[in-house]
Amino acid sequence: MLQINTVSITISNISKSYKKVNALTDISFEVKEGELFGLIGPDGAGKTTLFRILTTLLFADQGDATVAGYDVVKDYKQIRNSVGYMPGKFSLYQDMTVKENLNFFATIFGTTIEENYELIRDIYVQIEPFKKRRAGKLSGGMKQKLALCCALIHKPKVLFLDEPTTGVDPVSRKEFWEMLKRLQQKGITILVSTPYMDEAALCDRIAFIQEGKILEIDTPQAIVKHYPKPLYNVKANNMYALIQGLKAYEHHYSVYPFGEFVHYTDKRTDFDSSDLNAFLESQGLKDITIEPTAPTIEDTFMELAK
Amino acid sequence: MKRFIGFIKKEFYHIFRDKRSLFILFGMPIAQILLFGFAITNEINNVDIAVLDHSKDVTTQEIINKISASKYFTIETFIEREADIEAVFKKGKIKAVLNFEKDFGQHLITDGFATVQIITDATDPNTANTISNYTNAILQNYQQEMNKNVKLAYQIVPQTRMVYNPELKGVFMFVPGVMTIILMLVSAMMTSISISREKELGTMEILLVSPLKPLQVIIGKVVPYIFLSIINATVIVVMSIFIFRVPVNGSLFLLALESILFIITSLSLGILISTASATQQTAMMISLMGLMLPTILLSGFIFPITSMPLPLQVISNIIPAKWFIIILKGIMLKGVGISFLWKETLVLLGMTLFLIGLSAKKYKIRLE
Repeated sequence: MLQINTVSITISNISKSYKKVNALTDISFEVKEGELFGLIGPDGAGKTTLFRILTTLLFADQGDATVAGYDVVKDYKQIRNSVGYMPGKFSLYQDMTVKENLNFFATIFGTTIEENYELIRDIYVQIEPFKKRRAGKLSGGMKQKLALCCALIHKPKVLFLDEPTTGVDPVSRKEFWEMLKRLQQKGITILVSTPYMDEAALCDRIAFIQEGKILEIDTPQAIVKHYPKPLYNVKANNMYALIQGLKAYEHHYSVYPFGEFVHYTDKRTDFDSSDLNAFLESQGLKDITIEPTAPTIEDTFMELAK
Repeated sequence: MKRFIGFIKKEFYHIFRDKRSLFILFGMPIAQILLFGFAITNEINNVDIAVLDHSKDVTTQEIINKISASKYFTIETFIEREADIEAVFKKGKIKAVLNFEKDFGQHLITDGFATVQIITDATDPNTANTISNYTNAILQNYQQEMNKNVKLAYQIVPQTRMVYNPELKGVFMFVPGVMTIILMLVSAMMTSISISREKELGTMEILLVSPLKPLQVIIGKVVPYIFLSIINATVIVVMSIFIFRVPVNGSLFLLALESILFIITSLSLGILISTASATQQTAMMISLMGLMLPTILLSGFIFPITSMPLPLQVISNIIPAKWFIIILKGIMLKGVGISFLWKETLVLLGMTLFLIGLSAKKYKIRLE
C-alpha cells in the first residue's frame, strides 16, 4: 500500500497575490504519496491560500500544481472527486446533527457511511454517543473530529487539513494527531498546516512558510540540525529581569523565552558561561543556571524567520 | 440523482429548523394578506363630518338626512359659526364640513340655485378627494329627484358602470398585489439568503470541493422554495376566495401555471442576488431595497403606472411584478385566458430565461 516514492502533490513556482499583498511568492515543493506533510507558519503566512489553490478554489497567478496526478486548473473536477478538504473555519452545517452531516457528505460524494465505515471508525466511535446532537452544539475537539469524518467519508486519496487543531484543547489535539498517523498508514496522503511547532515534530516532513515564502523543507529531525549555533537554557529567579538582562548583554545573539527557560545564543564562537553568569549577577539576578540544550523546531523556525 | 435528493433533504432541514425563516415563509403571507385585506384600504366608511347650517329649512334637512343615511358619512356634530370650522378641523376627527348658505331652500326656489360649501381636510389628499366626490354625488342625486318632473332643455345623462369590481372593493386590487409581493419576497429573498449563508458559514467552500456540480447546488437550493412558494400561493388564493370573496373568474389551472412561472422568475432573481453578496445581511438588504421597494412602488400595485412620469413608466417595464399583476388581475377579475395574456407571459418567461442565464454565468465555481 505504501508507495513512498511516487509523488502525490507537486507545486512548482506558485505565486499568488491579492490586491496589494503577496500571499505566495514562487513556492515549489513536492509531497510524496502516503506522506504526512506539515506546513508550519504563523497566521497570514499564506498557508490557507496555498490550500485553496491546491483544492481548486483559487487560481494561482503563476506556476503549476498537480494533486493526485491531476492539474489544479484543467482537471479541477477530478480533483474535487478525489480529495478531502477541511477548511480552517468550522464548515459543517451547525443546524444539522452529527449523523445528518455525515450522511449528507456521504451522499453528495456518492457513497454511504457503511461503505467507508472502516476508514472513519476510530474517529467516529468517539463522537457516536453524540450523533443526535446538532453540530453547532459540539465542543471544539468534537467538531474537528466530525469535520475530519466528513472529509474522509468518500475515501479521498489526498487529505487537506487547514489548521485542524487551532482552538482545540491539548488532549484533543494529541488524539487528533494520533488519528492522522493511523490514516497515513492507510495510504492517504495528508497535507496539514499548523501554527503549533510541537505538532511539526509529528510530521514526516515539514515546510516552514513565512510571508508567502518557503524558508526550509526537511524532516523534523534534520531541520533542527540546521540550527547554526550552540543553544543554552538560562534560568533565574526573575523571568522578566532575566530577559532584559540577557538583551543588555553585549554578546547576545538571540533571546527567546521558552517555557520556564530562556533560550539563549551568543555571537562569539568561544562562549564563556561564567562571564554571562557574572554579568547577570551584576544585574541583580539570583539562582542563575546556564546549560547547553538541543534546539527545537521552534528555535529553528525563529532563527530562519529572522 | 441520489446526491441531488440528499441535497434537497438538507435544505429542508435548514428551513424547518430555522424559526425565523419559517416565520417569514408562512407567518408573513397570512399576516400581510389580512393586513391589506382588512386594515389598509382606500375605501371610505363612516367618515365623520360636521354641518354648518345657516338656513335650517326643509331642503337642507332633507339633504342632511340623505347624507347621514349613506354608509359613507356620519354626522358627528352641528356647528353654528364659521369660526368653528377651523376649530373642528383642528381637533382632527372631522374630515369634512358642509356649509349651507343662509336661506338655502328659499334661494333654490326663487333664484333657481343655492350654494353649499364642501370643505374637506386635505392633509390626506386621496381621502379628501373621495369625500368630495361622494358628497357631490349625493347632492346630484338629490337634485335629480327634485327635477324629476321638470323637463330640462338639454341634458347629458352619464351612465357609469364599474365592471370587474362593481362594488369597488379595495381588496380586489390588493390581493393580486399582495400575492405578488409575497411570492417575490419568499422566493427571491429566501433563496438569496440561503445561498449566501453557505458562503458566510464557509460550507460553500466544502460544497465547491465536492463532486456536486454548481447547477446541482443551485437547483437543489431552489427546488424547496418552489415547493413552499406554491403552497404559499395556494394559501393566499384560498384565503382571498373564502375570506375576501375575491372571485377567480378565469382558469385556476392557468393561474397556477402563471404563478409557478413568476415564482421561478423571483427565484432566479434570488440566485442573481446571492452571486453578488457574500453575507446573509447583504443578501437581505439587496432583496429588500432592490426588489421589495420597486415591486411595491413601480408595479402598479398601489400607484397606477399610467399616472407616473414617463421615465418611471419606462422603468416599470423591467419590474417582473408589473407583468404578473396584470396577469393576475386578468385571470382573477376579468376571467380572461392565455389568448389575452400571452404577451405578459412571454415577457415574464423572457425575463426568467435572461436571469437564469445571467446567474449561471456569474455563479462562481471557485472562491474569487
